[in-house]
Amino acid sequence: MSGGIRRPDAGGTLLALSNVYKAFPARKSFFSAEVVSVRAVDGVSIDVPRGKTLGLVGESGCGKTTLGRIAIRLLAPDAGTIRFEGLDITHLSGEALRLTRRRMQIIFQDPYSSLNPRMRVRDIVGEGWHVHGIARGKELRERAERLLVRVGLTAEAGGKYAHEFSGGQRQRIGIARAIALSPKLVVADEPVSALDVSVQAQILNLLKDLQEEYGMAYLFVSHDLRVIRHMSDQVAVMYLGKIMEHGPSAELFREPLHPYTRSLLSAVPMLGNAPQERIVLSGEIPSPTAPPPGCRFHTRCFMAQPVCAEVCPLLREAAPGRFASCHFVG
Amino acid sequence: MTGSGGIWRDFARRLLRNRLAAAGGLVILFFFLVAAFPALFTSRNPDRIDVSVILQPPSAAHPLGTDDLGRDVLARVVYGARVSMKVGFVAVGIATAIGLVIGLLSGFYGGRVDAVLMRFVDIMLCFPTFFLILSVIAFLSPSIVNIMAVIGLTGWMGVARLVRAETLSLKERDFVAAARAQGAGTARIVFRHILPNALAPVLVSATLGVAGAILTESALSFLGIGVQPPTPSWGNILTIGKNYIEFAWWLSLFPGLAILFTVLGYNLLGEGIRDAADPRLSGR
Amino acid sequence: MSGPLLAIRDLRVDFATEKGTVRALFGVSLSIDPGETVGLVGESGCGKSVTALSILRLLPSPPAIVRGGEILLRGENLLDLPEKRMCEVRGKAVSMIFQEPMTSLNPVLTVGEQVAEVFTAHRECGRREAAARAVSWLGKVRMPDPERRAREYPHQMSGGMRQRAMIATALALEPSLLIADEPTTALDVTIQAQIMALLQEMRERERMAVLLITHDLGVVHDFADRTAIMYLGRIVEIAPTKGLFSDPIHPYTQGLLASLPGKGTGTARLSSIPGAVPDLSSVPPGCPFADRCPYRQAALDRFRGGADSRDSLGICDREDPPLFEYAPGHFAACHYQRAMRGGGAS
Repeated sequence: MSGGIRRPDAGGTLLALSNVYKAFPARKSFFSAEVVSVRAVDGVSIDVPRGKTLGLVGESGCGKTTLGRIAIRLLAPDAGTIRFEGLDITHLSGEALRLTRRRMQIIFQDPYSSLNPRMRVRDIVGEGWHVHGIARGKELRERAERLLVRVGLTAEAGGKYAHEFSGGQRQRIGIARAIALSPKLVVADEPVSALDVSVQAQILNLLKDLQEEYGMAYLFVSHDLRVIRHMSDQVAVMYLGKIMEHGPSAELFREPLHPYTRSLLSAVPMLGNAPQERIVLSGEIPSPTAPPPGCRFHTRCFMAQPVCAEVCPLLREAAPGRFASCHFVG
Repeated sequence: MTGSGGIWRDFARRLLRNRLAAAGGLVILFFFLVAAFPALFTSRNPDRIDVSVILQPPSAAHPLGTDDLGRDVLARVVYGARVSMKVGFVAVGIATAIGLVIGLLSGFYGGRVDAVLMRFVDIMLCFPTFFLILSVIAFLSPSIVNIMAVIGLTGWMGVARLVRAETLSLKERDFVAAARAQGAGTARIVFRHILPNALAPVLVSATLGVAGAILTESALSFLGIGVQPPTPSWGNILTIGKNYIEFAWWLSLFPGLAILFTVLGYNLLGEGIRDAADPRLSGR
Repeated sequence: MSGPLLAIRDLRVDFATEKGTVRALFGVSLSIDPGETVGLVGESGCGKSVTALSILRLLPSPPAIVRGGEILLRGENLLDLPEKRMCEVRGKAVSMIFQEPMTSLNPVLTVGEQVAEVFTAHRECGRREAAARAVSWLGKVRMPDPERRAREYPHQMSGGMRQRAMIATALALEPSLLIADEPTTALDVTIQAQIMALLQEMRERERMAVLLITHDLGVVHDFADRTAIMYLGRIVEIAPTKGLFSDPIHPYTQGLLASLPGKGTGTARLSSIPGAVPDLSSVPPGCPFADRCPYRQAALDRFRGGADSRDSLGICDREDPPLFEYAPGHFAACHYQRAMRGGGAS
């Protein structure tokens, strides 16, 4: 192992991100040479408990996808630490990183671009086995076929190419690939948002069954509150690179604390609230290249006071186990 | 649903349905056979001089006539095919190999590597290629090997740019991220995930490139600094032909037609591959 | 009232593809009253967008061929209109907004010019007045700072603002029917709520009928008076929205509603519809839903025991069920439900 520091397992925490920052350079406009920085993740700390699901919800540009990729070190953070099974993996590289990656996997949103069109399905699913020398040749083929059957495809699927399958079936292939190495953590990045409703339910059920069977933890990234509610034990709500609220799913959906969470929940059709009582936020989501000062949400908040434009609220424990970053909560 | 190997089967089906491309393919296949088995197409020795039959028009004994030394034009064109095909393939092979390596390095690593390699490409593109070839050949001896090498070494820039662009877009695709998450190393990502997906446009450019290389070789040989007599090449047959063009048309016409058909064949095939590789164009 | 605003009758559309003719619509009938909002719901490939585009005759043809049926707008068959008259219908009587406002706005014209173009194209007024009216319409759709935004290009705006601009162009000539094809699918949740609130407000103010096409049952639940569920080129159920949600009849509708996540937090499995939507090019005979239907086996058993068992054996696999009225205005197309609930009435 490399120079990571081991520390005792903190209360069943599998993955702990603390104070993570990530910014991307971006051209201000197509013709301008001026480079601005997009603060995709702006000081985020979250824990993913072992064998449980942390739902990460937010609107486009809130940094949830970036955070998901940082969690499994597909991206390196600018600052902050990532601990996985108590081991600091923030600066792992080379062989040590490759070995760690066996235990953390990802499922992508787009079932079309996430499967190599020039590879047979069994080679896609078994790539990890091949790379880590676990199984090759005939054994790889047989194991891949068993796994494909487990995720609801047929053994014959192994000999075909990805383009011969429908979106839902492709997503099953992506799931098989993710669980092939028996990971401890799977980042599911909008795994059902490209699928039709009736197929969505099949995939969500499959993910739940597999979690039970293999005891994996999910970091479940989605913009769809209904899906998040169904899948998650814990939920973190992101807005413009920051966590607005964090807490147990049931309580968060029953009684949201942060004004942003409240308006998000009320904006979703058919989550139990009548359209008349809906909080419709005014204004647009500000650009992450120029986030507003103070509280990120104050430009659209129905509770905003002068202090909100000046002081950025910290994420505080407002009730046992429930955290919100708002001056007027808790 | 189609069976396994679906992608290539679809590709072949679309390619064969394109009549022009199929015709181009047949022409090339024909010239291939000519180059590979010249004895099947002529029983004469292309180098045998026979002063008794100088500059004979086409006849039963010499279907395409004879040249100024009494050599059989059919035999010379047939054996010349060998030179043309060889030059075309080897030169394009060299260019494609260099282009692939430079393009992959540039696209995959990006940053400073990319900047340096692409400026090198820009510099190479500043030279008027043909004159570069002319001057290089003037220094070296004009042999078939040198010609292939020089055409290859000056023709890779387009491939490099193409591969770089493909690599840039492919490396951002989710399946590459997935492979990294599986623990795949750089070599595996490049050769298993990026390269196979970047090959289709390279194949198109290589096919069109063969046509270009054959033309270049013919031009060089025509100018007398290409393949040197007595080795026959379509270009140097034409050189002789131009001296007698007023009364021995066959000496210019037949090698000319050979060049025309080969180049046309490669261009049709190349465009066919391009269309077949792009499913959006199918069914039109 | 003198009958419906729009009546689609037995519309049949085919697509000529590489692999042969594919039937996209199998006889769709649908009517919309003045001022009414009808939701059209279905999964990808069910034909909901094809239905919308054929109303405006915007289906790309070669591939699309209208095989039969009629589309009556105030009694006039749009399918028979010459193209010139159809241009007047588009925008003025019926207009449409699309899912992706970025690709449906022209990137090289300012937003103001594009709204103004609606007026000049229909020769409503001169350029100067058109520009002024455009600004006023941008204000009406709650575009912030309409004077300035009118001079901006689509790429300078956010998705929500572009969708507002699209709505302004669609409503500028005060059409009596607006077709909204997935108007909020590409937008964020909070922006979705804004746009739907705006559409609701405009609909009430302009007394305009809306055909709301979406895959999101939540959206129709909140906004549509009546809802039609499409599956494989057919309407399989159509009903007043309340009735559809409280008592869904077609097994597909039931499956869709049951498979919606988020009704409770939980460990519960979602009930899901087995299998996937079949490819339109290989639709089996009989009921289009048969191979995914939980009632098919029950229907088989039930009919097998019946009096004329040989006739009814496997009716789901043999006959495409017609729509049957179960409650006032509540139609569904299912052999099993008809036998179970509908008795033998007409």
